[in-house]
Order: sequence, then C-alpha cells, then structure tokens
Amino acid sequence: MTEQRDYYQVPDLRGHFGIHGGRFASETLMNALEELSELYGRMKNDPDFQAEFDRDLAHYVGRPSPLYFAERLSKNWGGAEVWLKREDLNHTGAHKINNTIGQALLAKHVGKRRVIAETGAGQHGVASATVAARLGLDCVVYMGADDVERQKLNVYRMKLLGAEVVPVTSGTRTLKDAMNEAMRDWVTNVDDTYYIIGTVAGPHPYPMLVRDFQAVIGRETRRQMQAQAGALPDALVACVGGGSNAIGLFHEFLNDPTVAIYGVEAGGLGLETGQHAAPLSAGKPGILHGNRTYLMADDNGQILGTHSVSAGLDYPGVGPEHSWLKDEGRAQYVSVTDDEAMAAFRELTRTEGIMPALETAHALAYAKKLAPEMGQGKRLVVNLSGRGDKDVHTVARMDGMDI
Amino acid sequence: MSRLQNTLAELKAAGRKALIPYITAGDPDLDTTLQLMHDLVAAGADIIELGVPFSDPMADGPTIQLAYERALLHNVGLRDVLALVERFRSHDNKTPVVLMGYMNPIEYMGYETFVSSSVQAGVDGVLVVDLPPEECETLTAMLHEQNLDTIFLLTPTTSDQRAAEICRHSSGYVYYVSIKGVTGANTLDVTDVKRHVDRLRRATDLPIAVGFGIKTADDAAAVSRVADGVIVGSALVNIIARSGQGDTAVEISSQVSALVSDMRKGMDAA
Repeated sequence: MTEQRDYYQVPDLRGHFGIHGGRFASETLMNALEELSELYGRMKNDPDFQAEFDRDLAHYVGRPSPLYFAERLSKNWGGAEVWLKREDLNHTGAHKINNTIGQALLAKHVGKRRVIAETGAGQHGVASATVAARLGLDCVVYMGADDVERQKLNVYRMKLLGAEVVPVTSGTRTLKDAMNEAMRDWVTNVDDTYYIIGTVAGPHPYPMLVRDFQAVIGRETRRQMQAQAGALPDALVACVGGGSNAIGLFHEFLNDPTVAIYGVEAGGLGLETGQHAAPLSAGKPGILHGNRTYLMADDNGQILGTHSVSAGLDYPGVGPEHSWLKDEGRAQYVSVTDDEAMAAFRELTRTEGIMPALETAHALAYAKKLAPEMGQGKRLVVNLSGRGDKDVHTVARMDGMDI
Repeated sequence: MSRLQNTLAELKAAGRKALIPYITAGDPDLDTTLQLMHDLVAAGADIIELGVPFSDPMADGPTIQLAYERALLHNVGLRDVLALVERFRSHDNKTPVVLMGYMNPIEYMGYETFVSSSVQAGVDGVLVVDLPPEECETLTAMLHEQNLDTIFLLTPTTSDQRAAEICRHSSGYVYYVSIKGVTGANTLDVTDVKRHVDRLRRATDLPIAVGFGIKTADDAAAVSRVADGVIVGSALVNIIARSGQGDTAVEISSQVSALVSDMRKGMDAA
C-alpha cells in the first residue's frame, strides 16, 4: 500500500512547487512582491477580510454557482454522468471575477488607487475593470493588438466600465506580450499601482493567491456533489491556459485519491503541427513571467508563438502548480484540437441550451471522450468556466457569416 | 583575480571611472556587433555589456525591445552570442565582456553547457535581469567556480537588507538602476543617484556602476562624480537603430564612437 500523499504543502515559503514556480522577477519588483506576500499572509488569516470576500462572492458575484446535472448530454455521450459547475453564471460571465474580487480587496487594503491587468480573451480585463469601477479605482488593461481585434466586444465592455485598454504591438501581439507590458508598467509605477494578474502564473505569491481565491469553485463542488448525489465526483475536467479555473476546481480534491483529474490544453491545429498552445503536453520547463514552468520555446529558449481558436488559452506557459501536478502524476494533462472544441461548443449549445466559452469547450471536448471510458455509474464534473457570448462573432465568422 | 576585477582594480588605482557601454548582440547583425565592440574599446570603453536577445524582455523599454527584435529577425541566440565573444577575443584579450539578458535562454541551454561555453568563449561576467538572489544559488556557484563574475541589479526600491544579500552574491561590480522603470526611460536625477550610491556603499566594497537614463556626455560626467562606473545602453542602441533607416555600418560606427568618446572625455575631466 502506498502512503497517502499530501498535496497541500506547496508552495514553499519562496513560492516553489517542486522545481517550478519561484520568483524570477527584476529587482525593482522584488520589494513590491515581498510586500504583497506579507499582506496576503496577513489577510489570508484575517476573519474580517475573508468575511468581506465571502460577502462579495455571495452578493456581487452571485455565488454559489450551481452544479448542474446535464442529463441529455450524459445520455448522448453514453457513460459517466456529466455535471457542469456553472461559473458561466457568475457576474461578468466567467470564473475570472472570483480572483479580481479578492485582489481588488488587497489593493484597497494597501490604498493603491490604480490597478493594471493583462488580458487575452478579455474576460479577466472585464472582471478587473468591473471591480475597479465598483471601488472607484483607475484601471489600465493591456491586451495584445491581435486580441483587441479578435475580442472587440470585450474591449468595448472594458471601455464602458471606465478602463483604458492599451493595445500591445510588440512580440506576437497576444497574451504573453500583454503580460510583458503590464510588468513594464508595474516596474515604472510600482508605488501607486496594484497589478491584478489574471491567472495562476507570475512571480510568487501570485500563483498561490490566485489559486486560493479561485479555490471556492472546488469547495462548492464538493458540498454540492455530496448534497445532490451523495458522493464525490470520480473525475474532474477543466481547460488549462494559464490554469486558474482548473486549479480552482482541482485544489479542493488533490488529497482525494479516488478523484481523477484532467487538465485540457489547447491542441490548436494538432500537436504535430506545432500550431497549438499546449506546453504541458509538448513543452519543457523554462522561465517566463517570473516563474519556472513548462513552456513552449525553441532551442535558443525564445518563446514560441502559440495558436488556439480561443484567445484565453493562447499562452505559451502555464501556472507552475500545474507543472508540478504533472510531474507528480497527480493530474493528467491532455489536449484537444480547435475543431474538437468547436464541435463541443455546438453540441452543448444544442443539447443543453448552454453556450460555453471556446476555452471551456476544450474541457467539454475531452469530457466527451472520457465519459464513455469511465462508464455508467460514474460521475464527472466539467468546470463550465465561462459563457460563450463573447465568442459568437468568432463562431459566426467560421460559419461564413458577418454579424 | 578575474579579468573584470583586474580591469576595475586598475581603474581604481588610476583614479578613473569605468565606462561600460551596452549593445545588443546581433543588432542589426553579428558582424556589425563585432565591429562595434572594437569601436567601443577604441573610443574609450573599459568593459562591454553584451545583450543576449530574448523574445520577451519584460524589463526593457521600447529601444532595447526593438534591438532584440532586429537580432531575432535572423534568430540570433545565446550560442551565436558566445561565438561572437570568441571572435572578439581573437583580437582583444583585455577588455572584459559581460553578458546581459534573461534566464530562459540559459535554462534551455543548461547551466553546465552555458558555464563551460562562456569560459571557452572568453566571457567575464553574467548579468541575468530576472534572476534575483533568492533563485541564483546554483548558477552563481557554478559561475564563481570558473572565475566568472556575477553582476546583479540594485534599484531605488531595494531595501538595505536586500542590498546586503544581493551584494553577497555579487562579484566584479554591482549595477545600480537609477530609476524605477524600464530601460530607456528619460529622467536622471543625479542627486538622488548619489544618495542611493552612498547608501549602497555601506552594503558593499565592490565598485558601483550606474545605468538607466544616461544619454549624454554631461550625464556620464555627472554620474561619474558620484559612482565608480557609468553604463550607457539605450542612447547607443538608438544610434544603431538608424540602420533601419538607411544609415550604413560605417556611419553608425562613427556616431557610436563619437558618443562614447565624448562620454570618456567628459568622465575623465569630471
């Protein structure tokens, strides 16, 4: 019999998840990162802060989000019961708001009047602009120039919310470049600015604190599954770009050995084509954006351009805790292609009347393969991380329509 | 004593300050960089900082970002930079060369290969922008074992306690970043620089070189009065950038030489 592993001993004090994580940042930011660690260390154990966070999640975000048994979809797929954790029903339409609520409270506690954020699909940008509007903070969102073009609707939402959206034209003009530019802003304005990172990546303590703010997803899932089915789920499935919705669901179940865990990366046009965004499936460890983690890079260590139909997964790195869970064998990381994700988008929409984000559709596409393998009597939970309204233009274009 | 330490000791003995120009390897191409390295020495440079192109230079402003992009147009990577230093060494065995860049190219090459290739090529020091002391132990130990120097950045936001820790890992010189911001920013406040340099003197006996925001011979002269070395990067890279607007290699070479030579004169007269 093997000894029960404890997966809650990471990160260590310096933010390491095994060889991954850490704090590979330029010196100007080190002081701010230390202050943030210290602040978060206090707030994490402060009942008033936690009560304020819980109150906002309940009354502003609309939590708990439902855990929905997708009966027709389960029948169609012919195997395990498929349950959907409805993060798409949160205010602003995705899980991203859980984290921005938490980080905005941190910004408020230290009296920073200006927040900045990076965004890919625009969901984190919208969630940041939303909390900034609510707290009366200035907000600047960096977004790759190509993504600004792809996600016009979210760009306009951010502007309506009072945020300034800065298109980033350097590098590959996508999420990674937006993150570079946000870091440059932060280095320059570190005294009065709080940087709201949108995923479980970046220098310590970001991967830890974003995880903690998102972990509410898994905690609710456990409670709801017990109440509605009287059991734990047998498998969890979530899409992984940076990996915040996935960690949010997985974290609660890491020490439950009967719960299998699957993270689904963007396979783009197929791993063999090189046109994808699947560092855990096809990359190797390196250092980017302040942490060591699996990356997509060439032999010279230059970060490669990525491809995914979904802007939110179009990132060459991944949160360091996922890299560690992969190395430990606790979670399995797989990928599905653009086409598979598109088919899943249409299938959920037509079968259950729920239109998922294209990011989320990747998790569904893998669940479709997994459910029959697991078989009847088993239960799998898919994190329905976001709604698909923002992607309607993209899908219409593929259908040859201009709306 | 390493070549870098030797150079700095000689300067100190002569009562002179170190002039340390930065250029990006491969901008606009490797042959031009080699020529420029020799030009810099002829114009009065004491030490050369050579940028290693990286796709995601988080701590650099637009000037150096574009220099990296020009170099990456023909895929100049760490191996090419090491080969460039080796070529430089065949004509100059005296001027120390410090590689400056980001961590991932070194991670992907592997520390052992990187260290042994650096020794082989004749590299003298390494400055990795995104490698703070907290994460540096392994690489620093391997570099020191081969008598290569490790240069770290200190900034206005560095506390006294951190400064002491950083200096403990440093050798050769320490690099004081004069502003909060990215490379190429505009504001240089020499009074403020002096205050910080004086503070850092309590943390280290190593020479303190100052960079970021030094554009003119006057800037260089003013900084040389309060520090041990002057680092100039974006001002030179801006000249090199004119290669894109049709300036020939000879024109660039003479303009780079002129600026460095003016700075040298300004510093020596200060």
